[in-house]
Amino acid sequence: MAWGAVAPYDGTMITELGHFALILAFAIAIIQTVVPLIGAQKRWSGWMAVAEPAASAQFALTAFAFGALMWAFVTSDFSLRLVVLNSHSMKPMLYKISGTWGNHEGSMLLWVLIVSLFGAMAAWFGGNLPQTLRARVLAVQAAIGVAFFAFIILTSNPFLRLATPPFDGQDLNPLLQDPGLAFHPPFLYLGYVGLSMTFSFAVAALIEGRVDAAWGRWVRPWTLAAWIFLTIGIALGSWWAYYELGWGGFWFWDPVENASFMPWLLAAALLHSAIVVEKRESLKSWTILLAILAFGFSLIGTFIVRSGLLTSVHAFANDPERGVFILMIMAFFMGGALILFALRASVLEAKGVFSIVSRESALLVNNVLLAVSCFVVFIGTMWPLLAEMFFDRKLSVGPPFFDAAFTPFMVLLGLALPIGSAMPWKRANIGRALRPLRYVFLLAVAVGCLAFVIQTGRSLLGPVGLFLGAWVVMGTIMDLWGRTGRGEGRLRRLTRLPRADWGKMVAHAGLGVTMAGIAGLTAWSQDEIRALPIGGSLDVGSYTVQLDNVERLQGPNYVSTVGSLTLFQNGKEISQLRPEKRFYPVAQMPTTEAAIDYNLARDVYVVIGDEQDTGGWVIRAYIKPLTNWIWIGCALMALGGMLSLSDRRFRVAAGAAKRATPVPAE
Amino acid sequence: MKALLVALLLMASPALAVQPDEILSDPALEERARDLSKGLRCLVCRNESIDESNASLARDLRILLRERLVAGDSDAEAVDFIVARYGEYVLLNPPASGSTWLLWGAGPLMLLLAGGLGYGYLRGRSKATASDQTPLSSEEQARLDDILKG
Repeated sequence: MAWGAVAPYDGTMITELGHFALILAFAIAIIQTVVPLIGAQKRWSGWMAVAEPAASAQFALTAFAFGALMWAFVTSDFSLRLVVLNSHSMKPMLYKISGTWGNHEGSMLLWVLIVSLFGAMAAWFGGNLPQTLRARVLAVQAAIGVAFFAFIILTSNPFLRLATPPFDGQDLNPLLQDPGLAFHPPFLYLGYVGLSMTFSFAVAALIEGRVDAAWGRWVRPWTLAAWIFLTIGIALGSWWAYYELGWGGFWFWDPVENASFMPWLLAAALLHSAIVVEKRESLKSWTILLAILAFGFSLIGTFIVRSGLLTSVHAFANDPERGVFILMIMAFFMGGALILFALRASVLEAKGVFSIVSRESALLVNNVLLAVSCFVVFIGTMWPLLAEMFFDRKLSVGPPFFDAAFTPFMVLLGLALPIGSAMPWKRANIGRALRPLRYVFLLAVAVGCLAFVIQTGRSLLGPVGLFLGAWVVMGTIMDLWGRTGRGEGRLRRLTRLPRADWGKMVAHAGLGVTMAGIAGLTAWSQDEIRALPIGGSLDVGSYTVQLDNVERLQGPNYVSTVGSLTLFQNGKEISQLRPEKRFYPVAQMPTTEAAIDYNLARDVYVVIGDEQDTGGWVIRAYIKPLTNWIWIGCALMALGGMLSLSDRRFRVAAGAAKRATPVPAE
Repeated sequence: MKALLVALLLMASPALAVQPDEILSDPALEERARDLSKGLRCLVCRNESIDESNASLARDLRILLRERLVAGDSDAEAVDFIVARYGEYVLLNPPASGSTWLLWGAGPLMLLLAGGLGYGYLRGRSKATASDQTPLSSEEQARLDDILKG
């Protein structure tokens, strides 16, 4: 890289300007919280109008501060403490950039950057919102910003200088030096923090005392966007864990992972209940509660990750300042919003009338299952802490618990999905709704049976998973087909269906594909561990892996042991694999780089280990069936969300910004 | 991020989880050992089983577990042997006993509660009459039409 440690550096002032911009953004956020709130209460147009320019300015200043920090990383300015701790002059440029958010302070700056970005977007595209609602939404959003600006400035300032800068930095954790993980945090944060927008809408509506179909329509695109980003972020993290951590696990039920999964589950529930608000003016107070809780879980997630409470109670006790601060932020926003909810929820009475067998009910079932499954993840994550506090028992809650306690809800969800989405609004004739699904059900059972026959004498997990996947995918396709009516020209009508219908189909099918992938991978994995001499080989399933050569190579900031292996299937060569074991001297850390032969049906996953005293190298080979389905399914879910987001209804709502006139004061 | 880093540091490995020299010659016994080790926690790691972990303590536990199995212990006996020495903290799957019933029961109980509340709500909605509906004001109707028209 061109940026050497010895290069003359003349942009010192940028850091100070960034620091100053951050403080200025903090001040503007305070104004943006207070002035429009008062304005909306007193119906003073001028005061309310402060919110929009303030939101833009707050975003511009925060973006400048973030850019300044990134500049310091890119130019390896080792007079900044943060850069010293998390960067190194020899690091590739991509990871200098991603190092900006690969640490506590920088990631919190990214957090507020996204809070202010969403606020600014609401200011830019929210032209069709009633004036008071818009002012209140922006004020609540700014209040969240105020809390986190204060958190950064008081406890986690990224712009702190060192009096005597060292010659070089201490490097970013090598595990984080990976393209998959470079972009995992920004996506995750866009999702996490995107839910702040839904929260702001919910609180503003409570202050307003009014939730109607229009509110449902305004809030849905924000929830959808947040959910899409969360989906992508979680999938990237999971994919990274799969290929980087060296044994092919894709989900560990780690508190840090659960922290991102809980908001995802609730955001999914919220997406669906907002439809009921929009179309049927029902489930209003529940939807508001969900919006509050979804952001609440984002805050809990931030708290879990930032405070280190669940890693170890001691880590928390030693440095409680940050954790306590976030706890206070959480208590303020959740407590405040829930009190407001308790006071005002009674105003939000439902209007729609529908029978117990209807799409409204089906969406309620979806909400119950998603919310309860989120609760299970929550209680499992917190249980070690609760058990120690209340029962004086020190125990672990690991993957076996979550697999057993969480999976049934997903099975129920998968079973219910095609049935629910076939139901019409208001009143359904269950026989008529289910009729087209008969063949789909039989076909899905056939797929499950086929899987059961092909595998020999193992658990039901694989067949049941494939059945569910087939049922969901085919059921949702059937549903879309059913929308084209009868008679001539169905194919033509199919292409003209609203994008929201296509989005629904693609996202639901994605869920089915992911379910099948997870079941296949969990049920049918095979592995083999051997110490191989050069030229030796091992068999796993119908595959043979042969070790041809091992060499040592020098990377930009690491040294690497690279194995060359040939993969044979039934005696025929199919590919060359080069797994690596890297060592990063600056961080004194090794990493494994698995070599994976990707395929739609299975991955062959090979890892090289240490040289043995007895000669030869440790080689681990895995067959991982259907693995890629997991991420293809996630991609489909995200794609479905995007299709839905681009639907005419929402584009209209956004495009109407310029024409809309403010609603006159009452 | 610090918490994540710690987790990642612990997951990262100089060596691989199960080493070739640990593997038992009897494949049936080895498979039992692998299954059991997936439910036992590596005590110095975070949420990681001894089957996945590279820590030396995990290796010791893996070897200990295999010794018990070779000595003729049943699955339950071998696990009890380890729990007796390291406490129930070592079990990744908390046993459903005492206060842990709460943990296991939480999901189903919540489902019953939520299902009951939901059903009550649905009953209320299906019995409500259409007269509950207040029509939009003409101004709102005009705006709605405007939005729908695009």
